[in-house]
Amino acid sequence: MSEPILQTTGLTKEFRGFVAVNGVDLSVDSGTIHALIGPNGAGKTTCFNLLTKFLPPTRGTIRFKGRDITGLKPADVARLGLVRSFQISAVFAHLTALQNVRVALQRERGGSFDFWRSDTVLDRYNGRALDLLDQVGLHEFADVPAGQLAYGRKRALEIATTLALDPEMLLLDEPTAGMAHADVDRIVALVSRIRQGRTILMVEHNLSVVEGLCDRITVLTRGRVLAEGDYATVSRNPDVIAAYLGSEAGDAAHA
Amino acid sequence: MRGASVSDTSGITRRSGLRALAFGFTGAQATALIILVAAIILGPAVLYPVFLMKVLCFALFASAFNLLPGYVGLLSFGHAAYFGMGSYLAAWTAKYWGIDAEIAILIGGAAAGALGLVFGWLAIRRQGIYFAMITLALAEMVYFFCTEASFTGGEDGIQQVPRARLLGMFSMQADMSLYWLVAFVFLVGFLLIHRIIHSPFGLVLQAIRENEPRAVSLGYRVDQYKLLAFVLSAALAGIAGATKSQVFGIATLTDVHSSMSGEVVLITLIGGIGTVFGPAVGALLFGALETYLAPFGDWVTVTQGAIFVACVLAFRRGLIGELAARLRLSL
Ligand SMILES: Nc1ncnc2c1ncn2[C@@H]1O[C@H](COP(=O)(O)OP(=O)(O)OP(=O)(O)O)[C@@H](O)[C@H]1O
Ligand SMILES: [Mg+2]
Repeated sequence: MSEPILQTTGLTKEFRGFVAVNGVDLSVDSGTIHALIGPNGAGKTTCFNLLTKFLPPTRGTIRFKGRDITGLKPADVARLGLVRSFQISAVFAHLTALQNVRVALQRERGGSFDFWRSDTVLDRYNGRALDLLDQVGLHEFADVPAGQLAYGRKRALEIATTLALDPEMLLLDEPTAGMAHADVDRIVALVSRIRQGRTILMVEHNLSVVEGLCDRITVLTRGRVLAEGDYATVSRNPDVIAAYLGSEAGDAAHA
Repeated sequence: MRGASVSDTSGITRRSGLRALAFGFTGAQATALIILVAAIILGPAVLYPVFLMKVLCFALFASAFNLLPGYVGLLSFGHAAYFGMGSYLAAWTAKYWGIDAEIAILIGGAAAGALGLVFGWLAIRRQGIYFAMITLALAEMVYFFCTEASFTGGEDGIQQVPRARLLGMFSMQADMSLYWLVAFVFLVGFLLIHRIIHSPFGLVLQAIRENEPRAVSLGYRVDQYKLLAFVLSAALAGIAGATKSQVFGIATLTDVHSSMSGEVVLITLIGGIGTVFGPAVGALLFGALETYLAPFGDWVTVTQGAIFVACVLAFRRGLIGELAARLRLSL
């Protein structure tokens, strides 16, 4: 396809002697949907935290769009167009759904340090915010405080908020976890719609979602890359089957 | 579903248009503001102007303080430093430089803002209780400095500060003249705080309060927002302190003492943290208890304490916070 947009070499994170991510060389090609899977505690979320600089790596380097971002601050990584979502739903609970999306849209104004100006200047984003809410099926909840939304809808709102930044690359940490079937389908449809012109790296436990969406899969166990390839290759890999059956039988079965 | 009532863009724009007319106040807030302004205008007919001026100064102080825990999620235990610094500087400049009242008050605010810039820069590096402890420790240092420095007058404080003229023309000797100045300062400060909360900046602050990592992941350099909020809060607290020193003609160690920091936390807690009107209501209640229980001597503190404990137990969100929740309004 094309060249890697995101590349890590020897990425390692130790927590007081415990190695959560161990020498990971990950390469995500531009324009692809790449899955990061693995049993619970494999280090997937820690990887995301490293890639977005929410945690400093113990060792290793991260390159994004050819640029070394290992030393950057998390907000600056986001400004480069590498935006993450969170495993536990991260919405601004007391702000309405519309305001949640607007907080992201408002980023394009720059800093927004203008404390003397009325927030009615943000009304010009209402149209786009409603459009984004519409895309995730939340149009009619525009005025509801995000904290009052059902779990699946919070996740959908989070995706709408992330999309509002129009990022070149999205990191989605279990976007469908805890969702009802219909909602999962909606998110899958959404992700395949938004992939146009973007790169997506997603952690996903639901293997049928992975199969349907992802071009490439990296399997992580105990902080190490166990296997990599397309779905057919990876799902036949005996090590992968063993790892899934060994520590996470339930997950594999449910998938 | 409540959200179903708003299903098109025009509905949202229309409502915002109304809000713009009312300086960003919602209907309920506009009503509360009218009541507040009426109380300020009619108050002196019923209560002592000096008492009301004190309440207004504390109302501004608490409203400024509230900006941090209420809208950024930062709890400062050292706000007396900014209140006291404003008080001292306004008193000193008014007494020794003989400058106008409005200049003295602005100098007090600017000094407190500058102090807030340095202290805020140090404190925002930490979160939660560590943030609170740093603000407390820094304020203790300011207190110590004020006991030692010569310009503060030590234990005596700066006394007999003349009531400066306003704009070089209007005498502020009469309580009622000064009252209008204090009322004006309070209202401007109060409206500014309301505007800060309901500005593009304020929305980012609230996002940080709600979920800081998420705000970071959207590309906001949150430390800069926290710092600006801290400076604004400190400067307005300084203006409150400066105004207070004009009212009573003194600036003393009481103004920078940690019990003053505690008092502003209490006032805000009683009124309702994170509400626009709560701190003002808290200040009125606090001032009334202090003044009208005064004849009971030592029992003031005990009674006050008991009333506060009862209040906080009964109204966990504070008086206005609880009222707003009952009425499903934002106040
Ligand atoms: N801040 C931390 N301090 C210490 N240990 C941590 C920290 N964060 C994660 N860990 C540990 O690192 C390991 C990997 O955690 P991580 O959250 O990355 O797993 P995961 O693959 O995302 O799992 P899941 O599928 O359950 O979300 C776990 O054993 C976890 O306990
Ligand atoms: Mg995880």
